[in-house]
Amino acid sequence: MSRDEAVIAYVLRLADNALILAQRMIELVTAKPELEEELANANFALDFIGQARMLYSYAAELEGAGRSEDDFAFMRDGNEFRNLLLIEQPNGHFGDSIVRQYLFEAFYVHQLDALTRCKDQRIAEIAARAIKEVRYHLRHISHWLIRLGDGTDESHQRVQASLDELWRFTGEMFVSDEVDVAIRDNLAGPDLEAIAALWKRDVEDVIAEATLQLPEDQWMARGGKQGQHSEHFGFLIAEMQFLQRSYAGASW
Amino acid sequence: MYTQGLDQAGKDQEAGAETPEHLEAFQKRIDAEEKIEAKDWMPEAYRRTLVRQISQHAHSEIIGMQPEGNWLTRAPSLKRKVILLAKVQDEAGHGLYLYSAAETLGVSRGQMVADLLSGKAKYSSIFNYPTLTWADIGAIGWLVDGAAIMNQIPLCRCSYGPYARAMVRVCKEESFHQRQGFDIMVSLCRGTAEQKAMAQDALNRWWWPSLMMFGPNDANSKHSAQSMAWKIKRFSNDELRQKFVDATVPQADFLGITMPDDALVFDKDSGHYSFGEIDWQEFMDVVAGNGPCNRQRLEKRNKAHNDGAWVREAAQAYAEKQAACAAA
Ligand SMILES: [Fe+2]
Ligand SMILES: [Fe+2]
Repeated sequence: MSRDEAVIAYVLRLADNALILAQRMIELVTAKPELEEELANANFALDFIGQARMLYSYAAELEGAGRSEDDFAFMRDGNEFRNLLLIEQPNGHFGDSIVRQYLFEAFYVHQLDALTRCKDQRIAEIAARAIKEVRYHLRHISHWLIRLGDGTDESHQRVQASLDELWRFTGEMFVSDEVDVAIRDNLAGPDLEAIAALWKRDVEDVIAEATLQLPEDQWMARGGKQGQHSEHFGFLIAEMQFLQRSYAGASW
Repeated sequence: MYTQGLDQAGKDQEAGAETPEHLEAFQKRIDAEEKIEAKDWMPEAYRRTLVRQISQHAHSEIIGMQPEGNWLTRAPSLKRKVILLAKVQDEAGHGLYLYSAAETLGVSRGQMVADLLSGKAKYSSIFNYPTLTWADIGAIGWLVDGAAIMNQIPLCRCSYGPYARAMVRVCKEESFHQRQGFDIMVSLCRGTAEQKAMAQDALNRWWWPSLMMFGPNDANSKHSAQSMAWKIKRFSNDELRQKFVDATVPQADFLGITMPDDALVFDKDSGHYSFGEIDWQEFMDVVAGNGPCNRQRLEKRNKAHNDGAWVREAAQAYAEKQAACAAA
Protein backbone atom coordinates (compact mmCIF):
# COMPACT_ATOMS: atom_id res chain seq x y z
CA MET A 1 0.00 0.00 0.00
CA SER A 2 1.45 3.33 -1.07
CA ARG A 3 1.41 6.36 1.14
CA ASP A 4 -1.42 7.94 -0.88
CA GLU A 5 -3.45 4.75 -0.86
CA ALA A 6 -3.21 4.66 2.92
CA VAL A 7 -4.40 8.24 3.20
CA ILE A 8 -7.35 7.58 0.87
CA ALA A 9 -8.26 4.43 2.80
CA TYR A 10 -8.07 6.31 6.08
CA VAL A 11 -10.16 9.25 4.87
CA LEU A 12 -12.79 6.85 3.55
CA ARG A 13 -12.97 5.11 6.92
CA LEU A 14 -13.63 8.43 8.59
CA ALA A 15 -16.21 9.35 5.97
CA ASP A 16 -17.96 5.98 6.15
CA ASN A 17 -18.24 6.17 9.94
CA ALA A 18 -19.87 9.58 9.64
CA LEU A 19 -22.23 8.65 6.81
CA ILE A 20 -23.38 5.30 8.13
CA LEU A 21 -24.03 6.63 11.61
CA ALA A 22 -26.03 9.49 10.06
CA GLN A 23 -27.98 6.98 7.98
CA ARG A 24 -28.91 5.04 11.13
CA MET A 25 -29.85 8.28 12.88
CA ILE A 26 -32.15 9.48 10.12
CA GLU A 27 -34.02 6.20 10.31
CA LEU A 28 -35.15 7.59 13.68
CA VAL A 29 -36.59 10.84 12.41
CA THR A 30 -40.18 11.17 13.74
CA ALA A 31 -39.58 8.34 16.23
CA LYS A 32 -37.88 10.27 19.03
CA PRO A 33 -39.37 10.53 22.54
CA GLU A 34 -39.50 14.34 22.53
CA LEU A 35 -39.67 17.06 19.92
CA GLU A 36 -36.47 18.59 21.29
CA GLU A 37 -34.73 15.27 20.58
CA GLU A 38 -35.98 15.36 16.99
CA LEU A 39 -34.13 18.63 16.60
CA ALA A 40 -30.97 17.34 18.25
CA ASN A 41 -30.97 14.09 16.27
CA ALA A 42 -31.44 15.87 12.95
CA ASN A 43 -28.81 18.40 13.90
CA PHE A 44 -26.22 15.77 14.76
CA ALA A 45 -27.00 13.74 11.65
CA LEU A 46 -26.53 16.89 9.57
CA ASP A 47 -23.13 17.39 11.17
CA PHE A 48 -22.13 13.83 10.31
CA ILE A 49 -23.29 14.06 6.71
CA GLY A 50 -21.42 17.34 6.39
CA GLN A 51 -18.26 15.66 7.67
CA ALA A 52 -18.76 12.71 5.32
CA ARG A 53 -19.13 15.04 2.34
CA MET A 54 -15.92 16.94 3.09
CA LEU A 55 -14.06 13.67 3.55
CA TYR A 56 -15.43 11.96 0.43
CA SER A 57 -14.59 15.03 -1.61
CA TYR A 58 -11.04 14.95 -0.31
CA ALA A 59 -10.74 11.23 -1.01
CA ALA A 60 -11.99 11.88 -4.55
CA GLU A 61 -9.36 14.56 -5.07
CA LEU A 62 -6.57 12.36 -3.75
CA GLU A 63 -7.68 9.47 -5.91
CA GLY A 64 -7.95 11.66 -9.01
CA ALA A 65 -10.12 9.13 -10.81
CA GLY A 66 -13.07 11.45 -11.36
CA ARG A 67 -15.26 9.98 -8.63
CA SER A 68 -17.62 12.26 -6.70
CA GLU A 69 -18.85 12.22 -3.11
CA ASP A 70 -22.01 10.53 -4.37
CA ASP A 71 -20.03 7.84 -6.18
CA PHE A 72 -18.48 6.90 -2.85
CA ALA A 73 -21.79 6.95 -1.00
CA PHE A 74 -24.06 5.38 -3.56
CA MET A 75 -22.02 3.33 -5.99
CA ARG A 76 -19.80 1.24 -3.75
CA ASP A 77 -20.87 -2.20 -2.59
CA GLY A 78 -21.24 -3.05 1.07
CA ASN A 79 -17.84 -4.69 1.31
CA GLU A 80 -16.18 -1.51 0.10
CA PHE A 81 -17.46 0.43 3.10
CA ARG A 82 -14.97 0.66 5.94
CA ASN A 83 -17.06 1.90 8.84
CA LEU A 84 -16.83 0.31 12.27
CA LEU A 85 -19.29 -2.46 13.11
CA LEU A 86 -20.48 -0.43 16.09
CA ILE A 87 -21.75 2.34 13.80
CA GLU A 88 -23.97 0.11 11.69
CA GLN A 89 -25.73 -1.67 14.56
CA PRO A 90 -29.52 -1.33 14.29
CA ASN A 91 -31.14 1.45 16.28
CA GLY A 92 -32.95 -0.64 18.86
CA HIS A 93 -34.58 1.55 21.50
CA PHE A 94 -33.62 5.06 22.54
CA GLY A 95 -31.04 3.79 25.04
CA ASP A 96 -29.40 1.54 22.44
CA SER A 97 -28.90 4.39 20.01
CA ILE A 98 -27.63 6.69 22.75
CA VAL A 99 -25.08 4.11 23.89
CA ARG A 100 -23.99 3.37 20.33
CA GLN A 101 -23.43 7.03 19.61
CA TYR A 102 -21.76 7.69 22.94
CA LEU A 103 -19.26 4.82 22.68
CA PHE A 104 -18.31 5.91 19.19
CA GLU A 105 -18.14 9.64 19.77
CA ALA A 106 -16.12 9.19 22.97
CA PHE A 107 -13.54 7.59 20.65
CA TYR A 108 -14.09 9.89 17.69
CA VAL A 109 -13.42 13.04 19.69
CA HIS A 110 -9.91 11.80 20.57
CA GLN A 111 -9.32 10.57 17.05
CA LEU A 112 -10.24 14.00 15.70
CA ASP A 113 -8.19 15.74 18.34
CA ALA A 114 -5.10 13.83 17.23
CA LEU A 115 -5.94 14.51 13.58
CA THR A 116 -6.04 18.26 14.14
CA ARG A 117 -2.27 17.95 14.66
CA CYS A 118 -1.56 15.61 11.74
CA LYS A 119 0.70 16.58 8.86
CA ASP A 120 -1.99 16.40 6.20
CA GLN A 121 -3.39 19.90 6.22
CA ARG A 122 -6.78 19.07 4.71
CA ILE A 123 -7.41 16.30 7.22
CA ALA A 124 -6.30 18.61 10.02
CA GLU A 125 -8.72 21.31 8.86
CA ILE A 126 -11.65 18.93 8.55
CA ALA A 127 -10.86 17.50 11.98
CA ALA A 128 -10.69 20.96 13.51
CA ARG A 129 -14.13 21.72 12.21
CA ALA A 130 -15.64 18.35 13.12
CA ILE A 131 -14.29 18.25 16.64
CA LYS A 132 -16.35 21.27 17.66
CA GLU A 133 -19.49 19.49 16.53
CA VAL A 134 -18.51 16.24 18.17
CA ARG A 135 -17.73 17.89 21.51
CA TYR A 136 -21.19 19.35 21.47
CA HIS A 137 -22.78 15.98 20.60
CA LEU A 138 -20.85 14.33 23.41
CA ARG A 139 -22.16 16.74 26.00
CA HIS A 140 -25.70 16.07 24.90
CA ILE A 141 -25.34 12.31 24.53
CA SER A 142 -23.43 11.71 27.74
CA HIS A 143 -26.01 13.70 29.62
CA TRP A 144 -28.68 11.37 28.26
CA LEU A 145 -26.63 8.33 29.23
CA ILE A 146 -26.39 9.68 32.77
CA ARG A 147 -30.09 10.48 32.95
CA LEU A 148 -31.06 7.05 31.70
CA GLY A 149 -28.57 5.27 33.97
CA ASP A 150 -29.54 7.28 37.03
CA GLY A 151 -33.22 7.72 36.13
CA THR A 152 -35.73 4.98 36.95
CA ASP A 153 -35.08 1.29 37.64
CA GLU A 154 -36.46 0.50 34.22
CA SER A 155 -34.24 2.98 32.40
CA HIS A 156 -31.23 1.82 34.40
CA GLN A 157 -31.80 -1.79 33.44
CA ARG A 158 -32.49 -1.00 29.83
CA VAL A 159 -29.43 1.13 29.29
CA GLN A 160 -27.20 -1.30 31.18
CA ALA A 161 -28.40 -3.97 28.75
CA SER A 162 -27.60 -1.64 25.82
CA LEU A 163 -24.10 -1.16 27.16
CA ASP A 164 -23.57 -4.89 27.70
CA GLU A 165 -24.88 -5.64 24.22
CA LEU A 166 -22.83 -3.08 22.33
CA TRP A 167 -19.60 -3.41 24.29
CA ARG A 168 -18.25 -6.18 22.07
CA PHE A 169 -18.12 -3.75 19.16
CA THR A 170 -15.82 -1.29 20.91
CA GLY A 171 -12.58 -3.27 20.58
CA GLU A 172 -12.38 -2.77 16.84
CA MET A 173 -11.86 0.97 17.27
CA PHE A 174 -8.45 0.37 18.85
CA VAL A 175 -7.08 -2.41 16.68
CA SER A 176 -4.43 -0.89 14.46
CA ASP A 177 -3.87 -2.22 10.99
CA GLU A 178 -1.49 -1.12 8.22
CA VAL A 179 -3.65 1.90 7.37
CA ASP A 180 -3.65 3.15 10.96
CA VAL A 181 0.07 2.54 11.25
CA ALA A 182 0.78 4.39 8.02
CA ILE A 183 -1.24 7.41 9.15
CA ARG A 184 0.42 7.41 12.54
CA ASP A 185 3.96 7.04 11.19
CA ASN A 186 3.78 9.11 8.02
CA LEU A 187 1.40 11.87 9.03
CA ALA A 188 1.83 12.01 12.79
CA GLY A 189 -1.74 10.70 13.04
CA PRO A 190 -3.55 9.15 16.01
CA ASP A 191 -1.88 6.56 18.20
CA LEU A 192 -4.70 4.12 18.87
CA GLU A 193 -3.16 2.76 22.05
CA ALA A 194 -2.99 6.20 23.56
CA ILE A 195 -6.57 6.89 22.45
CA ALA A 196 -7.76 3.63 23.97
CA ALA A 197 -6.53 4.82 27.36
CA LEU A 198 -8.21 8.22 27.01
CA TRP A 199 -11.44 6.63 25.82
CA LYS A 200 -11.47 4.17 28.71
CA ARG A 201 -10.91 6.95 31.22
CA ASP A 202 -13.77 9.06 29.80
CA VAL A 203 -16.16 6.14 29.47
CA GLU A 204 -15.46 4.98 33.01
CA ASP A 205 -16.23 8.45 34.34
CA VAL A 206 -19.53 8.75 32.53
CA ILE A 207 -20.57 5.20 33.32
CA ALA A 208 -19.81 5.79 36.99
CA GLU A 209 -21.82 8.99 37.01
CA ALA A 210 -24.64 7.11 35.30
CA THR A 211 -24.46 4.54 38.14
CA LEU A 212 -23.90 1.84 35.50
CA GLN A 213 -21.50 -1.10 35.53
CA LEU A 214 -18.59 -1.22 33.12
CA PRO A 215 -18.98 -4.45 31.11
CA GLU A 216 -16.30 -7.09 31.71
CA ASP A 217 -13.42 -7.58 29.31
CA GLN A 218 -14.67 -9.88 26.62
CA TRP A 219 -14.30 -11.17 23.09
CA MET A 220 -14.42 -8.32 20.62
CA ALA A 221 -15.97 -8.34 17.15
CA ARG A 222 -14.05 -6.85 14.27
CA GLY A 223 -14.16 -6.65 10.48
CA GLY A 224 -15.86 -3.35 9.67
CA LYS A 225 -12.59 -1.57 8.97
CA GLN A 226 -11.76 -4.31 6.49
CA GLY A 227 -15.18 -4.33 4.82
CA GLN A 228 -16.68 -7.36 6.58
CA HIS A 229 -20.01 -6.14 7.86
CA SER A 230 -23.09 -7.46 9.62
CA GLU A 231 -26.01 -9.03 7.75
CA HIS A 232 -28.24 -6.03 8.32
CA PHE A 233 -25.68 -3.71 6.74
CA GLY A 234 -26.71 -4.94 3.28
CA PHE A 235 -30.23 -3.64 3.86
CA LEU A 236 -28.98 -0.27 5.03
CA ILE A 237 -26.88 0.09 1.88
CA ALA A 238 -29.63 -1.18 -0.42
CA GLU A 239 -32.09 1.37 0.95
CA MET A 240 -29.61 4.22 0.82
CA GLN A 241 -28.46 3.47 -2.73
CA PHE A 242 -31.75 2.47 -4.31
CA LEU A 243 -32.37 5.52 -6.51
CA GLN A 244 -28.82 5.93 -7.76
CA ARG A 245 -28.64 2.24 -8.56
CA SER A 246 -32.07 1.98 -10.18
CA TYR A 247 -31.68 4.97 -12.48
CA ALA A 248 -28.09 4.64 -13.58
CA GLY A 249 -26.60 7.86 -14.90
CA ALA A 250 -29.54 10.07 -13.87
CA SER A 251 -28.79 13.25 -12.01
CA TRP A 252 -30.98 14.44 -9.19
CA MET B 1 -50.88 27.70 7.72
CA TYR B 2 -51.94 24.13 7.51
CA THR B 3 -55.22 24.51 9.32
CA GLN B 4 -57.61 23.54 6.56
CA GLY B 5 -59.50 26.81 6.85
CA LEU B 6 -61.69 24.99 9.33
CA ASP B 7 -60.87 27.54 11.96
CA GLN B 8 -64.01 28.83 13.45
CA ALA B 9 -65.07 30.90 16.36
CA GLY B 10 -65.47 29.04 19.62
CA LYS B 11 -68.78 28.81 21.38
CA ASP B 12 -70.12 31.96 22.93
CA GLN B 13 -68.97 31.89 26.48
CA GLU B 14 -70.47 33.14 29.68
CA ALA B 15 -70.63 36.90 29.70
CA GLY B 16 -68.14 37.38 32.56
CA ALA B 17 -66.07 40.44 31.84
CA GLU B 18 -67.17 40.51 28.24
CA THR B 19 -69.25 43.62 28.46
CA PRO B 20 -70.18 45.38 25.23
CA GLU B 21 -67.73 48.11 26.24
CA HIS B 22 -64.89 45.63 26.55
CA LEU B 23 -65.70 43.99 23.26
CA GLU B 24 -65.94 47.30 21.52
CA ALA B 25 -62.61 48.49 22.93
CA PHE B 26 -61.02 45.22 21.85
CA GLN B 27 -62.36 45.54 18.32
CA LYS B 28 -61.08 49.11 18.19
CA ARG B 29 -57.59 47.92 18.99
CA ILE B 30 -57.87 45.30 16.25
CA ASP B 31 -59.16 47.85 13.77
CA ALA B 32 -56.26 50.15 14.63
CA GLU B 33 -53.91 47.25 13.77
CA GLU B 34 -52.60 47.07 17.32
CA LYS B 35 -51.08 43.73 18.25
CA ILE B 36 -52.85 41.81 20.98
CA GLU B 37 -50.35 40.36 23.44
CA ALA B 38 -50.64 37.38 25.76
CA LYS B 39 -51.39 39.42 28.87
CA ASP B 40 -53.97 41.67 27.19
CA TRP B 41 -57.66 41.21 27.70
CA MET B 42 -59.28 39.27 24.88
CA PRO B 43 -62.68 37.71 24.27
CA GLU B 44 -62.79 34.04 25.14
CA ALA B 45 -63.90 33.17 21.60
CA TYR B 46 -60.86 34.96 20.16
CA ARG B 47 -58.60 33.03 22.48
CA ARG B 48 -60.21 29.71 21.64
CA THR B 49 -60.11 30.35 17.92
CA LEU B 50 -56.42 31.07 18.15
CA VAL B 51 -55.68 28.07 20.33
CA ARG B 52 -57.44 25.85 17.83
CA GLN B 53 -55.75 27.40 14.81
CA ILE B 54 -52.23 27.59 16.24
CA SER B 55 -52.33 24.10 17.70
CA GLN B 56 -53.65 22.65 14.42
CA HIS B 57 -50.85 24.44 12.68
CA ALA B 58 -48.29 23.02 15.13
CA HIS B 59 -49.67 19.50 14.75
CA SER B 60 -49.49 19.84 10.98
CA GLU B 61 -45.81 20.72 11.18
CA ILE B 62 -45.17 17.63 13.29
CA ILE B 63 -47.25 15.20 11.25
CA GLY B 64 -45.83 16.74 8.08
CA MET B 65 -42.41 15.44 9.07
CA GLN B 66 -43.60 11.90 8.34
CA PRO B 67 -44.30 11.93 4.60
CA GLU B 68 -41.02 13.71 3.96
CA GLY B 69 -39.07 11.75 6.52
CA ASN B 70 -40.18 8.72 4.53
CA TRP B 71 -37.55 9.54 1.87
CA LEU B 72 -34.65 10.60 4.08
CA THR B 73 -32.89 7.26 4.03
CA ARG B 74 -33.39 7.02 0.26
CA ALA B 75 -32.56 10.55 -0.86
CA PRO B 76 -30.67 10.22 -4.15
CA SER B 77 -27.61 12.33 -3.36
CA LEU B 78 -25.84 13.54 -0.24
CA LYS B 79 -26.74 17.11 -1.10
CA ARG B 80 -30.43 16.26 -1.40
CA LYS B 81 -30.24 14.26 1.80
CA VAL B 82 -28.84 17.24 3.69
CA ILE B 83 -31.45 19.61 2.26
CA LEU B 84 -34.32 17.27 3.08
CA LEU B 85 -33.04 16.56 6.58
CA ALA B 86 -32.62 20.28 7.26
CA LYS B 87 -36.15 20.81 6.01
CA VAL B 88 -37.64 18.12 8.24
CA GLN B 89 -35.69 19.59 11.13
CA ASP B 90 -37.12 23.04 10.33
CA GLU B 91 -40.63 21.57 10.51
CA ALA B 92 -39.89 20.22 13.99
CA GLY B 93 -38.70 23.70 14.92
CA HIS B 94 -41.89 25.23 13.51
CA GLY B 95 -43.89 22.82 15.62
CA LEU B 96 -41.97 23.93 18.70
CA TYR B 97 -42.43 27.66 18.16
CA LEU B 98 -46.08 27.20 17.38
CA TYR B 99 -46.71 25.11 20.49
CA SER B 100 -44.97 27.88 22.44
CA ALA B 101 -47.14 30.53 20.77
CA ALA B 102 -50.27 28.54 21.67
CA GLU B 103 -49.04 28.12 25.24
CA THR B 104 -49.13 31.90 25.67
CA LEU B 105 -52.91 31.51 25.43
CA GLY B 106 -53.04 29.30 28.49
CA VAL B 107 -53.04 25.80 27.04
CA SER B 108 -50.21 23.37 27.76
CA ARG B 109 -48.18 21.59 25.13
CA GLY B 110 -48.95 18.33 26.92
CA GLN B 111 -52.67 18.89 26.47
CA MET B 112 -52.28 19.82 22.82
CA VAL B 113 -50.13 16.76 22.16
CA ALA B 114 -52.63 14.53 23.98
CA ASP B 115 -55.40 15.87 21.73
CA LEU B 116 -53.32 15.11 18.65
CA LEU B 117 -52.51 11.59 19.81
CA SER B 118 -56.11 10.76 20.65
CA GLY B 119 -57.27 11.92 17.24
CA LYS B 120 -59.33 14.72 18.75
CA ALA B 121 -57.25 17.52 17.25
CA LYS B 122 -57.04 18.06 13.51
CA TYR B 123 -53.99 18.65 11.38
CA SER B 124 -53.76 19.48 7.70
CA SER B 125 -55.14 16.60 5.70
CA ILE B 126 -52.52 17.08 2.98
CA PHE B 127 -50.20 15.00 5.16
CA ASN B 128 -52.57 12.05 4.95
CA TYR B 129 -51.42 11.44 1.40
CA PRO B 130 -48.48 9.09 0.80
CA THR B 131 -45.05 9.95 -0.62
CA LEU B 132 -44.62 7.18 -3.17
CA THR B 133 -41.63 8.37 -5.18
CA TRP B 134 -38.75 10.79 -4.80
CA ALA B 135 -40.66 13.25 -7.00
CA ASP B 136 -43.23 13.54 -4.21
CA ILE B 137 -40.56 15.25 -2.13
CA GLY B 138 -40.18 17.81 -4.90
CA ALA B 139 -43.95 18.19 -5.26
CA ILE B 140 -44.46 18.68 -1.52
CA GLY B 141 -41.86 21.43 -1.35
CA TRP B 142 -43.13 23.11 -4.45
CA LEU B 143 -46.89 22.79 -3.88
CA VAL B 144 -47.48 22.12 -0.20
CA ASP B 145 -44.91 24.56 1.13
CA GLY B 146 -46.01 26.89 -1.67
CA ALA B 147 -49.62 26.75 -0.51
CA ALA B 148 -48.50 27.09 3.10
CA ILE B 149 -46.66 30.31 2.24
CA MET B 150 -49.77 31.77 0.58
CA ASN B 151 -51.63 31.11 3.80
CA GLN B 152 -48.89 32.16 6.16
CA ILE B 153 -47.65 35.42 4.72
CA PRO B 154 -50.87 37.18 5.77
CA LEU B 155 -50.54 35.53 9.19
CA CYS B 156 -47.35 37.51 9.75
CA ARG B 157 -49.77 40.41 10.21
CA CYS B 158 -52.18 38.44 12.40
CA SER B 159 -53.63 40.50 15.25
CA TYR B 160 -52.22 38.15 17.87
CA GLY B 161 -48.61 39.21 18.42
CA PRO B 162 -46.98 35.91 19.44
CA TYR B 163 -48.52 34.09 16.45
CA ALA B 164 -47.59 36.86 14.03
CA ARG B 165 -43.99 36.85 15.24
CA ALA B 166 -43.71 33.08 15.04
CA MET B 167 -45.00 33.28 11.47
CA VAL B 168 -42.33 35.76 10.40
CA ARG B 169 -39.66 33.25 11.29
CA VAL B 170 -41.57 30.30 9.86
CA CYS B 171 -42.30 32.05 6.56
CA LYS B 172 -38.64 32.66 5.81
CA GLU B 173 -37.96 28.96 6.13
CA GLU B 174 -41.07 27.90 4.20
CA SER B 175 -40.07 29.96 1.20
CA PHE B 176 -36.68 28.29 1.29
CA HIS B 177 -38.46 24.91 1.33
CA GLN B 178 -40.61 25.93 -1.60
CA ARG B 179 -37.58 26.84 -3.69
CA GLN B 180 -35.81 23.63 -2.79
CA GLY B 181 -38.87 21.59 -3.75
CA PHE B 182 -39.11 23.39 -7.05
CA ASP B 183 -35.42 22.75 -7.61
CA ILE B 184 -36.02 19.00 -7.24
CA MET B 185 -38.80 19.28 -9.83
CA VAL B 186 -36.48 21.18 -12.18
CA SER B 187 -33.84 18.45 -11.92
CA LEU B 188 -36.40 15.75 -12.61
CA CYS B 189 -38.01 17.58 -15.50
CA ARG B 190 -34.63 18.22 -17.12
CA GLY B 191 -33.61 14.62 -16.48
CA THR B 192 -34.43 11.36 -18.18
CA ALA B 193 -37.88 10.48 -19.53
CA GLU B 194 -38.42 8.28 -16.48
CA GLN B 195 -37.61 11.15 -14.14
CA LYS B 196 -39.94 13.49 -15.96
CA ALA B 197 -42.72 10.91 -15.80
CA MET B 198 -42.08 10.65 -12.07
CA ALA B 199 -42.49 14.43 -11.76
CA GLN B 200 -45.74 14.41 -13.75
CA ASP B 201 -47.12 11.56 -11.66
CA ALA B 202 -46.32 13.45 -8.46
CA LEU B 203 -48.05 16.56 -9.77
CA ASN B 204 -51.08 14.47 -10.71
CA ARG B 205 -51.40 13.17 -7.17
CA TRP B 206 -50.54 16.35 -5.23
CA TRP B 207 -52.28 19.07 -7.22
CA TRP B 208 -55.85 18.64 -6.01
CA PRO B 209 -54.96 17.93 -2.39
CA SER B 210 -52.83 21.12 -2.46
CA LEU B 211 -55.86 23.14 -3.58
CA MET B 212 -57.84 21.59 -0.73
CA MET B 213 -55.31 22.98 1.74
CA PHE B 214 -57.06 26.34 1.54
CA GLY B 215 -60.22 24.87 2.99
CA PRO B 216 -63.85 24.93 1.87
CA ASN B 217 -65.19 27.46 -0.63
CA ASP B 218 -66.08 30.79 0.91
CA ALA B 219 -69.77 30.05 0.54
CA ASN B 220 -69.32 27.04 2.83
CA SER B 221 -66.92 28.66 5.25
CA LYS B 222 -69.30 30.83 7.23
CA HIS B 223 -67.08 31.06 10.31
CA SER B 224 -64.27 32.81 8.48
CA ALA B 225 -66.09 36.13 8.79
CA GLN B 226 -65.37 36.42 12.51
CA SER B 227 -61.68 35.50 11.94
CA MET B 228 -61.51 38.20 9.29
CA ALA B 229 -63.06 40.76 11.63
CA TRP B 230 -60.51 39.84 14.27
CA LYS B 231 -57.72 40.09 11.70
CA ILE B 232 -56.61 36.56 12.39
CA LYS B 233 -57.41 35.90 8.78
CA ARG B 234 -56.77 38.53 6.11
CA PHE B 235 -57.95 36.84 2.95
CA SER B 236 -60.72 34.35 2.28
CA ASN B 237 -60.05 30.70 1.41
CA ASP B 238 -61.00 31.23 -2.22
CA GLU B 239 -58.89 34.35 -2.58
CA LEU B 240 -55.83 32.53 -1.31
CA ARG B 241 -56.53 29.47 -3.45
CA GLN B 242 -56.80 31.68 -6.52
CA LYS B 243 -53.49 33.40 -5.73
CA PHE B 244 -51.88 30.01 -5.40
CA VAL B 245 -53.23 28.73 -8.71
CA ASP B 246 -52.18 31.93 -10.48
CA ALA B 247 -48.67 31.67 -9.09
CA THR B 248 -48.25 27.95 -9.66
CA VAL B 249 -49.58 27.25 -13.15
CA PRO B 250 -46.80 29.25 -14.86
CA GLN B 251 -44.27 27.28 -12.80
CA ALA B 252 -45.71 24.03 -14.14
CA ASP B 253 -45.47 25.46 -17.65
CA PHE B 254 -41.84 26.27 -16.99
CA LEU B 255 -41.27 22.69 -15.86
CA GLY B 256 -43.11 21.32 -18.91
CA ILE B 257 -45.61 19.31 -16.90
CA THR B 258 -49.36 19.76 -16.76
CA MET B 259 -51.92 20.17 -14.02
CA PRO B 260 -54.38 17.26 -13.93
CA ASP B 261 -57.31 19.59 -14.66
CA ASP B 262 -58.94 19.76 -18.12
CA ALA B 263 -60.94 22.80 -17.07
CA LEU B 264 -57.87 24.86 -16.23
CA VAL B 265 -57.73 27.90 -18.48
CA PHE B 266 -56.38 31.42 -18.31
CA ASP B 267 -59.18 33.96 -18.29
CA LYS B 268 -57.96 37.10 -20.02
CA ASP B 269 -60.76 39.27 -18.70
CA SER B 270 -60.14 38.58 -15.04
CA GLY B 271 -56.41 37.99 -15.39
CA HIS B 272 -56.77 34.78 -13.36
CA TYR B 273 -56.76 31.09 -14.12
CA SER B 274 -60.11 29.44 -13.76
CA PHE B 275 -60.01 25.84 -12.68
CA GLY B 276 -62.19 22.77 -12.25
CA GLU B 277 -64.32 21.79 -9.29
CA ILE B 278 -62.52 20.35 -6.30
CA ASP B 279 -63.69 16.93 -5.16
CA TRP B 280 -65.09 18.07 -1.83
CA GLN B 281 -66.26 14.59 -0.98
CA GLU B 282 -62.62 13.46 -1.01
CA PHE B 283 -61.72 16.42 1.17
CA MET B 284 -64.42 15.61 3.71
CA ASP B 285 -63.44 11.92 3.69
CA VAL B 286 -59.82 12.72 4.44
CA VAL B 287 -60.76 15.24 7.13
CA ALA B 288 -63.02 12.57 8.64
CA GLY B 289 -60.06 10.21 8.96
CA ASN B 290 -60.39 8.19 5.78
CA GLY B 291 -57.45 9.42 3.74
CA PRO B 292 -54.79 6.99 2.56
CA CYS B 293 -52.50 7.54 5.57
CA ASN B 294 -54.55 8.99 8.44
CA ARG B 295 -54.27 5.88 10.57
CA GLN B 296 -50.63 5.31 9.75
CA ARG B 297 -49.68 8.90 10.65
CA LEU B 298 -51.41 8.81 14.01
CA GLU B 299 -50.16 5.32 14.79
CA LYS B 300 -46.61 6.38 14.13
CA ARG B 301 -46.98 9.47 16.35
CA ASN B 302 -48.54 7.37 19.10
CA LYS B 303 -45.85 4.73 18.82
CA ALA B 304 -43.08 7.31 19.13
CA HIS B 305 -44.83 8.81 22.13
CA ASN B 306 -45.42 5.46 23.83
CA ASP B 307 -41.96 4.11 23.05
CA GLY B 308 -40.55 7.26 24.59
CA ALA B 309 -42.53 7.04 27.84
CA TRP B 310 -39.75 5.30 29.79
CA VAL B 311 -37.25 7.85 28.52
CA ARG B 312 -39.32 10.83 29.62
CA GLU B 313 -39.95 9.15 32.98
CA ALA B 314 -36.22 8.60 33.40
CA ALA B 315 -35.45 12.23 32.59
CA GLN B 316 -38.07 13.34 35.08
CA ALA B 317 -36.82 11.00 37.80
CA TYR B 318 -33.25 12.15 37.24
CA ALA B 319 -34.26 15.81 37.40
CA GLU B 320 -36.10 15.17 40.66
CA LYS B 321 -33.07 13.44 42.16
CA GLN B 322 -30.86 16.32 41.14
CA ALA B 323 -33.29 18.84 42.60
CA ALA B 324 -33.44 16.85 45.85
CA CYS B 325 -29.62 16.78 46.02
CA ALA B 326 -29.43 20.50 45.39
CA ALA B 327 -31.99 21.16 48.11
CA ALA B 328 -30.25 18.88 50.62
FE1 LIG C 1 -43.23 24.34 8.37
FE1 LIG D 1 -41.98 23.68 5.24
